[in-house]
Amino acid sequence: MLKTYKFPKFEYRPSPEQSGAVPNRHAVVVVGAGPIGLTAALEFASRGISAVVLDDNDTVSVGSRALAYAKRSLEVWDRLGCADRVVEKGVSWKVGKVFFRNELRYQFDLLPETDHKMPAMINLQQYYLEESLIEEIGRQPLVDVRWKHKVVGLKQANDHVVLSVETPDGEFSLTADWVVACDGANSDVREMVGAKFSGQAFQDRFLIADVVMKAGFPPERWFWFDPPFHRNQSALLHRQASDVWRIDFQLGQDADPDEERKPERVIPRIRAMLGDEHNFELEWVSIYQFACRRIDDFRYGRVLFAGDSAHQVSPFGGRGANTGVQDIDNLGWKLRLIIDGEAPIGLIDSYNEERGVAADDNLLNSTRSTDFITPKSATSRRYRDAVLELAANNEFARPLLNSGRLSRPTPYVNSSLNTPDEDVFDSRLAPGTNCEDAPIRRNAEEAWLLNQLGNGFVVLTFGVSPDLETIAHGLVKASILVVGRDIEDCRGILCARYDGRPGTTYLIRPDQYVAARWRQFDADNIRKALARAIRCCRG
Amino acid sequence: MDLLTKPNIADPDGFYQELIDSQRDMTEEAAELMNCKLVLILANHVGDRGVLREAISRARGSSTED
Ligand SMILES: Cc1cc2nc3c(=O)[nH]c(=O)nc-3n(C[C@H](O)[C@H](O)[C@H](O)COP(=O)(O)OP(=O)(O)OC[C@H]3O[C@@H](n4cnc5c(N)ncnc54)[C@H](O)[C@@H]3O)c2cc1C
Repeated sequence: MLKTYKFPKFEYRPSPEQSGAVPNRHAVVVVGAGPIGLTAALEFASRGISAVVLDDNDTVSVGSRALAYAKRSLEVWDRLGCADRVVEKGVSWKVGKVFFRNELRYQFDLLPETDHKMPAMINLQQYYLEESLIEEIGRQPLVDVRWKHKVVGLKQANDHVVLSVETPDGEFSLTADWVVACDGANSDVREMVGAKFSGQAFQDRFLIADVVMKAGFPPERWFWFDPPFHRNQSALLHRQASDVWRIDFQLGQDADPDEERKPERVIPRIRAMLGDEHNFELEWVSIYQFACRRIDDFRYGRVLFAGDSAHQVSPFGGRGANTGVQDIDNLGWKLRLIIDGEAPIGLIDSYNEERGVAADDNLLNSTRSTDFITPKSATSRRYRDAVLELAANNEFARPLLNSGRLSRPTPYVNSSLNTPDEDVFDSRLAPGTNCEDAPIRRNAEEAWLLNQLGNGFVVLTFGVSPDLETIAHGLVKASILVVGRDIEDCRGILCARYDGRPGTTYLIRPDQYVAARWRQFDADNIRKALARAIRCCRG
Repeated sequence: MDLLTKPNIADPDGFYQELIDSQRDMTEEAAELMNCKLVLILANHVGDRGVLREAISRARGSSTED
């Protein structure tokens, strides 16, 4: 029982297909209704694909777990129609402070750049996030969430998968053209397909506590190395919604998890941190150890892995849930084109290619932060302390200080779907990078660029109006958006971010990533780049 | 740029003395922390990743001597 939150209970409802009375082949079955499975269901629905979601439980995440959601995830949820609620409920923040012993050593601002629709980061308990996603799903006739449905078996055929599902009414089987496995770090589906999940496990134990308190601290991320209230270890304080605060304590390798989770151990630790003047109540306590590991391939035949089932990272940097959302962002449009026969099935292999690179990047960042925060030898600890001491008065040492590198989307720099630059640009939006938002005007109203991109490919071109409405390769169409005709760059921010000059043209994928860019609008080049972006070799 | 491996310090004895003297009144612990700071300060001054990589590998003893 939490003090500020009552867990909803979602009803188990038997479906007619359980009795074998109706045919039961589905285009997509999503396993797991965590944040990633729920996002997947909304993603498929937004692209006109119906999805069945199976979850072995009947409520949201127990405990707050993931807490920090980054701008890119919010942009994805905005495309799916539910970012407003998440942002409104969450706590926006962008300043992080790092303390060494009891002195402030460094301070960072995540998004000094303004003029983005979405904030840099918001903090929100995972159960609130899941609730918002479930609420949105309630408005989507294409999504069918089935609680108390546990996947217990899986058989792959050439063009489909048969799942065995256990329910309170017994077992039944269900056929899917594609299965998206979002069943978390201990994924049963991963086991069933025989995938490898390897990497590094860390020995240090951490205490995570959510406490309820009315406190006047600003909404910032505070990280301590070796604080006076918790010598030789690290600590973290974050604000969440409803006056709930997240506190993390590093406990070291020898901590006894059963002892450490007892309130009589936890409360004095928190009191030492906050001081006697703050009254708080414990909301949720967990002791955990983490691992950094990934699956060997995101695709096994017709089964695709996303979220924690595909990769697990340390919590420093809030990468867990954020990177899972980006898996889905990458997967949705590809699967849509394949299901509708508009792209060859080979396009799906670019999912592993692109998200595999992102997983490696996340693991690397997360492992590096972990090595900084929990040094493994006396010497590496000395280097760490040297950085922390120097950081106070030496600007050069601050970039070396690593209290977690916060989640940012990994660009697909070398993706085979990109058409490499031939022209020179003064903009970081190279092929493989996600588009930056910018304020614009459309029909004389204030609006945002990302909201204009819709669900398909877009050709964004500056200044010159081509006499074309769309550009197509086979059945795949890219709509044309002209800056100066369809949208107005009222403040010059769009042109600055995209280095937009008359003729500058971007081909943008349905996940809002740049596929190609040129200094001239050339329909032939665009068609070729479009073919490449959907793996159609006859370009 | 390559890592300089030919003598480059004017007054080598003077430099060496200065280095040792700077830690004379320190505990072992404090001197080791200072060494780490010194490495970081000099590494930043060099900046060039290729040179730093060469220096690290030479210090480890894994690169050939002159
Ligand atoms: C204790 C703890 C603390 C964490 N703290 C943080 C944090 O501070 N910051 C952060 O970013 N991340 C944190 N995480 C990680 C974060 O919670 C995950 O990255 C995120 O939940 C991943 O979402 P997911 O949807 O992939 O998996 P999950 O949220 O694990 O969801 C998987 C779902 O699949 C269901 N399921 C499993 N097996 C089956 C089956 N056979 N059939 C049907 N359904 C099944 C489960 O019931 C569950 O609903 C934490 C995780 C834990 C466990």
